[in-house]
Amino acid sequence: MISLPHYLVVAAALFSLGVLGLLTRRNAVNVLMSIELILNSANVNLVAFSRFAAGNLGGQVFAVFVIVVAAAEVAVALAIVLTLYRLRRTPNLDAADILKG
Amino acid sequence: MTPEALVFWVFALVTVGSAAVVVLSRTLIYGAFALLFTFFGVAGLYVLLGADFLAATQLLIYVGGILVLLLFGVMLTHRINDLDLKSELGGLWDWLGPASVAVGLFVILSTTALKTKWQGAARPPAPTTGDIGRLFLGKFLLPFEAASVLLLVALVGAAMIVRRRRDA
Repeated sequence: MISLPHYLVVAAALFSLGVLGLLTRRNAVNVLMSIELILNSANVNLVAFSRFAAGNLGGQVFAVFVIVVAAAEVAVALAIVLTLYRLRRTPNLDAADILKG
Repeated sequence: MTPEALVFWVFALVTVGSAAVVVLSRTLIYGAFALLFTFFGVAGLYVLLGADFLAATQLLIYVGGILVLLLFGVMLTHRINDLDLKSELGGLWDWLGPASVAVGLFVILSTTALKTKWQGAARPPAPTTGDIGRLFLGKFLLPFEAASVLLLVALVGAAMIVRRRRDA
């Protein structure tokens, strides 16, 4: 019988992989992909709790808001990455040291 | 093994396996396409959880919107003709710290998930779209409107950031 802990373990695996990508990758687009993995794992948790523990749809509504925020975040982050690429001719985050004193 | 368990394990394997490809692949474009399978796997898990509206939203927005935006990001930040689509992975020592952090997180989270006696009432699977719509226009009206303003501001802001200035 598949129940709540199964989904939570899958979400934990997604989250850990996202953190791993966030810490190891230098390419800004790759870092954005890792952030999407983390947001998806949070959504799986929300929907699983909504199905097995809460007894109502609040978790699914919250997951929709998470998707909206993810869409806005990707749009703004890609604009910043493109501007950085135009300035430094590289998508690597190490190049984003313009504010360093 | 029941059919539900079989479908669950297939989707879980697709999701986690392709997420691993996203994180570990050297070629950026392979990672972007593996992300497609991760999103599909998560949508399948939503269907198994009885979240039909959310599964459709996942496919429409993540696969149709966010993934295409990320692919544009891959294409626009690399000169296609010099095939420099690699992302540096670093040596073994660069991986030791991050990998131990990730494995530690996974162990802590999954033991918590498995050891805890979860309480609460299950919601039997039923169509959700109508109820979610009523929640959006009733109890969650203010966050719903705030989300629409947020999307508008984010899109206008993104267009402003990438605009080429006249004087530059």
